[in-house]
Amino acid sequence: MTRLYDIAKVLRSKNSGPFQVTLDILFESVEDFRRVAGSGRLTRERIAALYRLNESDIAEIVFHEPMLGIKITYDRTGASSGTVGERDVYGAQQHAPLLDIEIP
Amino acid sequence: MRNESFKILSPCGILGYGFPDASFENGLAENPDAIIVDAGSTDAGPHKLGANVAIVSRRAYKKDLSRLIKAGRERKIPVIVGSAGGSGAKAHVDWTLSILEEIAAENAYRNVKTAVIWADIPKETVAAQLEAGKIEGLSRTVPPLTKERLAETTGVVAQMGHEPIAAALENGAEIIICGRAYDPAPFAAAAIRAGFDPALAYHMGKILECGALCCDPGTAKDCMIGEIKADCFEVRAPNPLLRCTKTSVAAHTFYEKSHPYLLPGPGKLLDLERCTFEEAGDGVVRVSGSRIRPALPYRVKLEGARKTAYRTFVIAGVRDPLLIEKIEDVESLVSESIRAQYADLDPADYRINFYNYGKNAVMGNLETVQAASHELGVLFEVVARTQEIASTVCASVRSTFLHYGFPGRKSTAGNLAFPFAPSDVEFGAVYEFSVYHLMETDDPLRLFPIEYRIMGGAV
Repeated sequence: MTRLYDIAKVLRSKNSGPFQVTLDILFESVEDFRRVAGSGRLTRERIAALYRLNESDIAEIVFHEPMLGIKITYDRTGASSGTVGERDVYGAQQHAPLLDIEIP
Repeated sequence: MRNESFKILSPCGILGYGFPDASFENGLAENPDAIIVDAGSTDAGPHKLGANVAIVSRRAYKKDLSRLIKAGRERKIPVIVGSAGGSGAKAHVDWTLSILEEIAAENAYRNVKTAVIWADIPKETVAAQLEAGKIEGLSRTVPPLTKERLAETTGVVAQMGHEPIAAALENGAEIIICGRAYDPAPFAAAAIRAGFDPALAYHMGKILECGALCCDPGTAKDCMIGEIKADCFEVRAPNPLLRCTKTSVAAHTFYEKSHPYLLPGPGKLLDLERCTFEEAGDGVVRVSGSRIRPALPYRVKLEGARKTAYRTFVIAGVRDPLLIEKIEDVESLVSESIRAQYADLDPADYRINFYNYGKNAVMGNLETVQAASHELGVLFEVVARTQEIASTVCASVRSTFLHYGFPGRKSTAGNLAFPFAPSDVEFGAVYEFSVYHLMETDDPLRLFPIEYRIMGGAV
């Protein structure tokens, strides 16, 4: 088992507009990408649990081999970016729950 | 006849972020056909648009803009600024124009044909389209637009596509100041007008609009060169310390978009599913296979912000282990005490919020780790109908929290370590994005009126 954090080349979060946050996991090699994409560990159900979301809050999970990347986009279910009660204006520090996902 | 290639120099990720002179000079030495910069973003939140303020300081903006104008004048190449002033509303464009006039006066520039492309959408237009059912939220959790919310919105802008910018170039504009624009559009406009493939042009724009952020290491404070050809485009950084790699450019294609390869823009959908990235040596990445298709009906993205409250806040530290253990309970007790103290105020007139840094402040309810640190940064705010209520209540929250005698307390002299005196900060108005919607339009050119001016006066 290896942590996702140790396999990924880039693992980040960012606004995709003020009403969504997008998580990018990018790899250096096609082997790394396939290892993670094929592991079955990144599912809608798993992401929802890690982020305390409903599965319907997750707008996209896309595995894209040509760019060696996985993109997960979820809706901000509370306040939108930059208004009262929203805690991360740029959405730049919402990636940490992904780090410890274990990949066989 | 189209030239074999068309080169665009993008100086930085946001006008005013700054860029090294040496990189800019190296970029100019490659004889670019245009200098194009994005000045905008919604990332900094709704306040910039709602309060009509810029993302960067006037000094930083002027310093960058004057270097671009000087280079454009010397080389007789167009300079295009997208989403002027950050949010691209009238106040932001006017601010940019006043800086531009200052630059012209200081450098005795005369007779420069300048196009201003406005992106403000009259509320009547928005209301009519709303009535006609031609407006919808951009994603599921965007609150529906209503007449009331529209009335409370400071002003509405729309993101322009390449069409009005290409028209201004066609009419001989040497400087183009755009109101709110789809970030890649100013870049795409120049390349499309020069006869190149719109798919490649938009994709190249998507990369260039962030300056050298697509490099390894990435930075929004440095320059990029994009060169578009018949069947591909190439990107590279003029700074030899920054290199594009397949991974860095592909990663950037993912950046701040909801889908990795389907990128909706004004009236079109950019499809990058089958595009390829190759390293062409010397830090150059070549991209091909980008596709674009019309998305009809033509829809533009609208943005608008409304004022929702006024805020006063305090930052303090907590080091006492018992208080850290009971922090949320104590905060609830403090709030209850304040509610009782201000029973004369309408409870809907204010809210008290606590953010416990070192515990769960960054992720809030989404946080699953429950361990607290040995010290906490406690940020508390009061958001209220007026600034006076916010400051009054916040001062009471502060003094109540400071002296609150929670059960078992031994540190009876005070609960909070304030880094600053005074501790209470009046923040001013808080805004929210009240408009973040797509609107159908029959005429993407007419929505964005172009005004021509002669900068520095005609001679």
